[in-house]
Amino acid sequence: MSVLTGTGTSQSADARAARRARLGRGARALIPYAGFALIFVVFAIVLRSHGFASGSNLESIVEQNASIAIMAMGYAFTLGAGEIDLSIGSTVAVVALTTALVLEQQPAWAGVLVGLAIGLGVGLVNGLLTVLLRVPSFLITLGMMSVLAGIAEALTNLQSVAVTNNAFNGVFGSGSLGPVPSLFVWVGAVLVVAQVVLRRTRYGRHVLAVGGGREAAVSTGIRVRSVRVSALVISAVSAALAGLLYAGRLQGAAYTLGSTDLLTVIAAAIIGGTSLFGGKASVPGALVGALLLGMLQEGLILMGLGVPDQLIAEGVVVVVAVAVGLRERPE
Amino acid sequence: MSEASAQPAAGPPSAPARTANPAATATAPSQAVPALEAEGLSKSFGAVRALEEANLTVWPGQVLGLVGDNGAGKSTLVKCVSGRLHPDRGTVRVAGEVLRARSPEVARARGIEVVYQNLALVDSLDIATNLFLGREPVLGPRPFSWLGFLRTRQMRQEAARVLREVGVDLRGASVADPVEQLSGGQRQGIAVGRAVVWGQKVVLMDEPSAALGVEQTRHVHDLIRRLRDRGVGVVLISHNMQEVMQVCDHVTVMRAGRTIVTVPVSEVSGEMLVGYITGAIEPRSDG
Repeated sequence: MSVLTGTGTSQSADARAARRARLGRGARALIPYAGFALIFVVFAIVLRSHGFASGSNLESIVEQNASIAIMAMGYAFTLGAGEIDLSIGSTVAVVALTTALVLEQQPAWAGVLVGLAIGLGVGLVNGLLTVLLRVPSFLITLGMMSVLAGIAEALTNLQSVAVTNNAFNGVFGSGSLGPVPSLFVWVGAVLVVAQVVLRRTRYGRHVLAVGGGREAAVSTGIRVRSVRVSALVISAVSAALAGLLYAGRLQGAAYTLGSTDLLTVIAAAIIGGTSLFGGKASVPGALVGALLLGMLQEGLILMGLGVPDQLIAEGVVVVVAVAVGLRERPE
Repeated sequence: MSEASAQPAAGPPSAPARTANPAATATAPSQAVPALEAEGLSKSFGAVRALEEANLTVWPGQVLGLVGDNGAGKSTLVKCVSGRLHPDRGTVRVAGEVLRARSPEVARARGIEVVYQNLALVDSLDIATNLFLGREPVLGPRPFSWLGFLRTRQMRQEAARVLREVGVDLRGASVADPVEQLSGGQRQGIAVGRAVVWGQKVVLMDEPSAALGVEQTRHVHDLIRRLRDRGVGVVLISHNMQEVMQVCDHVTVMRAGRTIVTVPVSEVSGEMLVGYITGAIEPRSDG
């Protein structure tokens, strides 16, 4: 009956080969988690006297990297769809500053609404320009990055803005939901929603189809342009949420917020198994990637490394992660 | 009916066109409505005229060969019919109804399936998803179904059943494995299988056996006959004249963006087809 078979190999050899491929994929998917565990164990031992593995230190690592983690989880969709968004860092700054300014006069909900609306608007502009002008998102968002950076500097003439709205600072910063700190709640909520959308919905499949095979997606009637726009909206809105979380945690905003986040976010997503070329994405992987980088930074600080050494170390990790990711490039 | 007369030899394959496939007589359509009718399709890419007034008629249960040299416009014609490209002029009818708002989505919904030369598979996604790409089953009735939660298990079960049915052997791979793990022949099998399963009215195949061995090619031919027996119109693009003579009832020849002639294969030889393709022979009744 089954005729679309080659010749030569026996049934069991085929089954073995398929199983081997499956195991290989499974093992590769575990790499970020294993790397995370390894770095954790090494630091826990080496930095025992500094209390690296103490509950409060681990909690602060998660909280300090909540914004990065949320952006990385959103970025899994963007990269997965084959797009790239260089403007997330300056989106963070504009959203945080604008929200902080709004909160000087208005209630918390108004500030949140304005912040998220900015994210939505930035994402729509990025996405629509990319699709309608047929220009790679790389270039559109490069321009957007510069525009937003300029706006962020102009908004307050480089001045920082304090956020004194306690309701806002509680929800987006130091507060908690029962025993759970609010930043954990935000990270957990984004993790669950993003993972369900990516793995369990038709939209998630279409994102990966558009990123992994644009031609096939067009031919099978997938609304490629909508998917591409939405991918850039997701990165911008997650950057806006990250901006709110920065403002809440730091109880203030400055134009420098988020300025070094872009590389970290991309690295976190790639470390977690998201392809730089689209078609593959992992939400929990992106979270683990973000925490791994945060842990690395914290460990290096505790080891007494200065900022220059940290930058070098982080750069090396990013390059290694990208190099490993590049090996997966199709063809 | 005037469209039919534009193509001298086209018509319902009502006569026992070929003794080799008696099934053609059994499934000859009683109603004289072509499964697919493309009329006066023109398409230019900048200064290049890829299609000029191309016509194509496929009847239910007919296997129509589409031959021509490289660049004659075969793939462009297929893409214009499938909604992949928007023709500058011309109309496409499916079962007599004009296909408006051309997009692959609409064309598929109307029962047109295509096996593209590039197979249109997403390598990083699993086999089941690829079989259902663009028409994934989702959970729930209306308001809830908008959330688009996938029926993953149903998708996998049906994918496995469908592949068994069309005889695609995954050789140990499961339908949850990504396509990139498969060999060229298997991938081709997935693409052909997808078209066979979903094709209700017309299936267009752009060199479906190009990457296949002898045995696998024969299997694709079996699938084509099965489509024909189901009353589906099949358009087979091929460079292999032997294949065309063997599998098709009629053949349409394209040259320089035009469909220059349509003839029953029983009335031509492979050499004549090559003659039409290269322009060594001019068809009598056309231009």
